Amino acid sequence: MNKNAKNFVFTLILAYVLSLYLPWWSVMLAGLISGFVIPLKKGAVFFVPFLAIALLWIVQSYMLSNTNDFILAKKIATLLMLKGNTTLLLLVTGLVGGLASGISGILGKQCYLLKK
Amino acid sequence: MKIFKFGLSLVLAIATFYALNTKLGSLPPLGKFLSPNQGVWQNEITESDSHPEINLKGLTAPVTVKYDEHLIPHVFAENKKDLYRAQGYITAQHRLWQMEFQTHAAAGRLSEIVGEVALNYDRTERRRGMVYGAEQKLKNWETDQEVIDYVDAYADGVNQYINSLKPSDFPVEYKLLDYSPEEWTRKKTALLLMYMTKMLAGEDSDLEYTNFLKKYGKERFDLLYPDFFDANDPVIPAETDWSIMENAIQTPIPDSEMPLDYVKETIEKPNPNNGSNNWAVSPEKSYSGNAILANDPHLGLNLPSIWFAMQLSTPEQNTFGVTLPGALGIVIGFNEHIAWGMTNATRDVIDWYKIEFEDQTNSHYKYDNAWKATTKRLEEIKIRGKETFLDTVTYTHHGPVTYDASFKGNGEKIGYAMRWTGHLGGQNQRTLLDLNTSKNYDDYKNAIKSFVAPAQNVIFASTEGDIALWIQGKFPNKWKGQGKFLMDGSNPEHDWQSYIPQEHNAHTKNPERGFVSSANQHPVDESYPYYVFNDGYETYRNRVINNFFRSKDKFDIQDFKDLHNNNFNLQASELLPFMIPVVEKAELSSFEQEMLNKVKSWKYNNDIDEVGPTIWQSWYNTLVDITWDEIENDSLALEYPFKYQTIYLLKNSPNDKFMDIVETPEVESANDLFLIAFKEAAQKLKELENKNGTLDWGNSKATYIGHLLQALPAFSRFDLPIGGFYSIVNATAKNHGPSWRMIVEMTSPPTALGVYPGGQSGNPGSKFYDDMVDTWASGNYFKLNFMQEKNQTDGIIFSQTLNPSNE
Repeated sequence: MNKNAKNFVFTLILAYVLSLYLPWWSVMLAGLISGFVIPLKKGAVFFVPFLAIALLWIVQSYMLSNTNDFILAKKIATLLMLKGNTTLLLLVTGLVGGLASGISGILGKQCYLLKK
Repeated sequence: MKIFKFGLSLVLAIATFYALNTKLGSLPPLGKFLSPNQGVWQNEITESDSHPEINLKGLTAPVTVKYDEHLIPHVFAENKKDLYRAQGYITAQHRLWQMEFQTHAAAGRLSEIVGEVALNYDRTERRRGMVYGAEQKLKNWETDQEVIDYVDAYADGVNQYINSLKPSDFPVEYKLLDYSPEEWTRKKTALLLMYMTKMLAGEDSDLEYTNFLKKYGKERFDLLYPDFFDANDPVIPAETDWSIMENAIQTPIPDSEMPLDYVKETIEKPNPNNGSNNWAVSPEKSYSGNAILANDPHLGLNLPSIWFAMQLSTPEQNTFGVTLPGALGIVIGFNEHIAWGMTNATRDVIDWYKIEFEDQTNSHYKYDNAWKATTKRLEEIKIRGKETFLDTVTYTHHGPVTYDASFKGNGEKIGYAMRWTGHLGGQNQRTLLDLNTSKNYDDYKNAIKSFVAPAQNVIFASTEGDIALWIQGKFPNKWKGQGKFLMDGSNPEHDWQSYIPQEHNAHTKNPERGFVSSANQHPVDESYPYYVFNDGYETYRNRVINNFFRSKDKFDIQDFKDLHNNNFNLQASELLPFMIPVVEKAELSSFEQEMLNKVKSWKYNNDIDEVGPTIWQSWYNTLVDITWDEIENDSLALEYPFKYQTIYLLKNSPNDKFMDIVETPEVESANDLFLIAFKEAAQKLKELENKNGTLDWGNSKATYIGHLLQALPAFSRFDLPIGGFYSIVNATAKNHGPSWRMIVEMTSPPTALGVYPGGQSGNPGSKFYDDMVDTWASGNYFKLNFMQEKNQTDGIIFSQTLNPSNE
């Protein structure tokens, strides 16, 4: 498995485990730790944890909402000016989680470089 | 370079955390809000998945809760203390955010949640003495150990629910506004009852009337705002014999001067249309020989609904109906023996006194030719994101000095103090609990005795076949005219001298006519031995209701449903025949002609597919504005005369000076106004038709139910197909109307129907959030499942057991 894939899986699993005990910023912590433990190069520093968490949040949200016919998701999508479009809301959710994790991934990488 | 890059990425990470963890403007903290483990996705829940076993400390025995298909909890407890502890827990489980929000609103604490925009509102509530009133209530309750024990058990139930929540479980609104629930207290229950007291008995126009009196004189005032209308079909039948009150003594009029001050701006008041209908027929007038009772309180239409339906049962009682989240027991409902309902008594229970302070410290005021000391209350209004605002409210023996130099007043050393029965305390919670367990007329009569405010027309029917109606509240015994206008706060003779003895409150039991009813109209006719001031009594719904019950001998459930849904516009029927002939003679454009033809053929029913009501309402609204242009354009605070009197004057005094439109050189008469208003209305109707593509009443009125938080569109329901309007028995206006409809037939046990415009769940993510709305809008009902024993499974979708626990 290459480093990118390792980081991806590690970030995803770590974020999932941390999220059971910590608030939403558990994904930032996961990005930070995996960026430090499995340092990546160039754009991957940001995009790999970004994609890992975007996927995690989208899948988790989808599963939570799907069992309830997306009743609330439709309303939140209206509230956030997404015209009631739940797919857009899922994408925004992924974007927000991914952004948080990607940026902390950069910090993790910088921590790694600092230590070296 | 390394360090620099590290520093940069650290700053970036912190900034991202901050931006996603903080509420920015109206945007929620997006990271928190959208995260699947903590955010709104966790609220994507329908309650039928709730945990079946719950531990509740303090219970003496297990409590069984059965939920029916509308998520109405049927609660079976072994004793009352367990019952109210469970009621607190269960109500919080479904309506926590609303419970807290409404009590924050009552306490003038909205700025804490929404920021500075609510500051003026919060100050007004504090200056109205809302918190003071709640404290007075508590003082009274604390003399009744049984009630206080129940109130505390209820609070404990709410708190055990709150303490069981993780932030991820908080209701959506907390997440949206980014705050957390706080502890529930007995004071919050008192605040909730103050919230209702203000909603129903917080209206008065004394200062506006004083402005009018000073400007136009007494003769003009009496013409526009009479004590009695020429049509009066009172709550207590006119033929009632008052001889049991022969020792009644109305307060004599003192020989003294009234202060005549101009007041520019008055405080915001509750919607004057807050009102209701109730009626009951005797066994003789009922198709089945059982008394039948109905009630529909008209309030602002909100989600979550103001009402929460419940069945509350112990081995000694079995009560069903609706309650206010935060209050104990059932507020409007029935048990195995009786049914009861409420409409607002709309009595004038707020008066204003001019206060003259000794100096600018407001520490003494003139009273009985001496300087009397005031007390002060420091009101700390916390504002989100800003420094706390401190407001000192001065209290006199009358009550809080709402208006003074610091708030909408008339300069230094002058204040206006409020005297309100809402500040008297009273035992309202005791009344509600006793009504829940009443078995007959005498129990009901005793239960309501201690009810102080908001005064209500409490209707009653029993399986024994009695029907009754008491107008219950604490009413000052006023001299003729007292409290219409600002009074002199320094003159002891202007104080409320005494109260009407409770047993002299107007009431009727089993009247000969075979029915009792109320619709916020005048409580009595002129023969009642105490002075009752007309503070905006309804004059239309009551006549339609009473005429209906006079129209035939027997009434069945369908008649009751039809009456709830009756869209007859009596008001239009009394004025349109005078307006139409005037316009017929005039020269009209083709669109105007079309409008005239349509309104002419209208049969006065405000049904959704009719165009007539849209034309009428636009025409009438324009007419009222140009009739009262003198009032509309005045910089003083003034109020339009009542609808009934406006129409009376248009018909009977067509050449009165008020008919003239001041800004035109011509002198207009009522007939001129009819035509001018018609032409203006036609223009507005043309625009409306262009906008909506139709003029039918359903689309033009566009009834909506708004979420409590400034009607957030995402959590509200719009464009509901329902007819009616203000002053129509089906009093559904744009955002106001029947907030609960109930029909109870007094079989043994009673058989009941009910519906309200909302749903049992306060969670916008639940299918039970608004599941009754469509049924309500279509004028239908649900059969209420009055369970006779807790093991019944018929119609039950899931159960919860609350188990006693020690941990």
